[in-house]
Amino acid sequence: MNARSLFSGRHSVSDIHPAAIATVVVLIAYPTFASDFFVFQIGAYSLILGTIALSLMMLAGYGGMVSLAQMTVAGLAGYLVAILGDNSVEVMGLDWPWWLFVPTAILGAALFSAFVGAVAVRTEGIYTIMITLAIAVAFFYLVRQNYVLFNGWTGFAGVEPPTLLGVYWRDPVPFYYLSLAVAGFFFLAVLYASRSTFGLGLQAIRDNPRRMRALGYNVTLHRIVAYFLSGLIAATAGVLFVWFNGRISSGSVGVGIVIDILVIAVIGGIRHPVGPFLGALAFVLLENFAIDLIDRERFNTVIGVAFLLVVLFSPDGLIGIWHRIRPRLRIGGSTRSKSGRVERVDRHAAGSLEQT
Amino acid sequence: MRQFIERHTFWAIVIAVVAALFLWLIAAVWPDWLIDALGRKKTFVNTLLNGITLGGLYFLVASGFTLVFGLMRNVNLAHGSMYLLGAYIGYEVAEASGNWFLGLAAAFVAIGLSGMLLQVLVFRRMEGDDLRQTLVTIGISIIAADLMLAVWTGTTYQFQPPEWLFGAASLPVVSVIKASGDPVYIKYPVYRLSVLFVAVAVGIGLWLFLNRTRVGMMIRAGVNDREMLSATGVNVQLVFALVFAIGAGLAGFAGVVGGTALSIAPGEDLRYLLASLIVVIVGGLGSVTGAAIGALLIGLAEQFGLAYFPTYGVVLTFLIMVVVLAVRPQGIMGER
Repeated sequence: MNARSLFSGRHSVSDIHPAAIATVVVLIAYPTFASDFFVFQIGAYSLILGTIALSLMMLAGYGGMVSLAQMTVAGLAGYLVAILGDNSVEVMGLDWPWWLFVPTAILGAALFSAFVGAVAVRTEGIYTIMITLAIAVAFFYLVRQNYVLFNGWTGFAGVEPPTLLGVYWRDPVPFYYLSLAVAGFFFLAVLYASRSTFGLGLQAIRDNPRRMRALGYNVTLHRIVAYFLSGLIAATAGVLFVWFNGRISSGSVGVGIVIDILVIAVIGGIRHPVGPFLGALAFVLLENFAIDLIDRERFNTVIGVAFLLVVLFSPDGLIGIWHRIRPRLRIGGSTRSKSGRVERVDRHAAGSLEQT
Repeated sequence: MRQFIERHTFWAIVIAVVAALFLWLIAAVWPDWLIDALGRKKTFVNTLLNGITLGGLYFLVASGFTLVFGLMRNVNLAHGSMYLLGAYIGYEVAEASGNWFLGLAAAFVAIGLSGMLLQVLVFRRMEGDDLRQTLVTIGISIIAADLMLAVWTGTTYQFQPPEWLFGAASLPVVSVIKASGDPVYIKYPVYRLSVLFVAVAVGIGLWLFLNRTRVGMMIRAGVNDREMLSATGVNVQLVFALVFAIGAGLAGFAGVVGGTALSIAPGEDLRYLLASLIVVIVGGLGSVTGAAIGALLIGLAEQFGLAYFPTYGVVLTFLIMVVVLAVRPQGIMGER
């Protein structure tokens, strides 16, 4: 799988796993054989949710900080797009040009993420989850009650992506490629960052903050920067998210979807950037097709049970399941001992879901 | 108390001044300029009492949460679901038997038992693994919320409490003096006052239980050194299951108390989970006293926010949390 070859640290062209190339080819060729529904509602939506979950994966997997405010950051970016750009609700809508409001929205939301980080990083573990959850909910109640800026319960509708180069970007195929480009860019960026000095420092801080502090690293600053970078990812996905829906309201940043992002990241696996996208695909497929199996009303039970099973039986999510069955499929594989060692080391990491 | 004043003189003075100001605002008949600035005195006193009683309710929920976490390091994010399930069970029992108190008892026992089950089946298997406990309990709360929605639907339920608990009591607080010279007294629902009374009683009871009984001593010892406690011949797992049952039972108990004061509806589980999260973050995880202070602060902030600046009211709660974290990351009464 592409996961392994990219994870190993070396990356020359010959090192790229055939499966990675095949995946890229399938992703690019996808609209040629899929219907509009599958391209837009399944493909693009999975990529957007996957990108938001990717920002959580980066924080949780490399930084050991489980933030539940990632959807809030994405939602703030979406709100900023509706407020600074144009909407059909006659509230706000400053009508800035897109090249101004898109960077402003992303940067503004990323700064908010850094602020969330600054509040949360002073504490650790379960505290981080609680604080970020509290921030997420405070934001939800704020946008629901505030009519001057956020237009309360109803929020904004008619938020359209700009028409550029003669292309209407909300058509399924262009929008899919836009989402794919964003998702692909951040996927590679997170992979690259994880091997950079900064990323390695972050992982070392996750494993042993006291030692890193003793070595002279500014642990708090590292963590806040990680929040800022993850905010950039979530915010960019948030801009796509509001264009995808064409609307944003308090429900878009509600507790349900905030937790869904965590569910997605955990179902996929938070060890590797591929995880969130696998999780998002599984989530979107379940969301769309679980109704064929059971009553639509009981979707939450299905997703809850799926989540519970994954947490209980495969702490590494879907990636973990793959890693566990792979040695059985390939007898005497040369990568086996290596992957075994990697997993043992990770098991002791602070951010690991593995039982210690 | 005296120790606190000596160690934190500044904060003691601030608290004393604020308390004195509140007392004056309650006791005095308001002059006109104050009415111009703050509105009618009746609104203010009612908001204050609402805040305090809501704080009492939050304390009931959060004390169970902080008991379980602080003593056993078990992160139970399904605590809100226990609140709501307790409310539903209490409602069913109270409706069937016609006795509100029977509903209260049933909620306490049923949720206490389910909490014990949760401790044995889930938490015992993943001791010391915060993140997995969090995820598992989030999963459980998602499923529980959905199943409760399936059983009790989206309807809002209302309790029929005993009559002597309802109605309004006249408080010995003058709101305005009529032109004729007769004072008008402020009225307040008896039930909400009894919520406060129950919360105070539970708080004192918990404190006595933890600090003055043998089992409480065992619990506190087990938190510090589990191996040593079990080496002295105490069945640690039994003690912890008992604590979990009390913590969960309190959530169910609060479900009936809160459901009677307000109402029972889907979504309340999250509301009370978040209330307990913020309360224990502000008050300090694991401290029952901290939970009381935090609950009072958050309850007051919520009600005053709602009454005096509705659109930004939430921000007040949030600000309290941020300020507390900035000054004391471990919470007001938290220990590191």
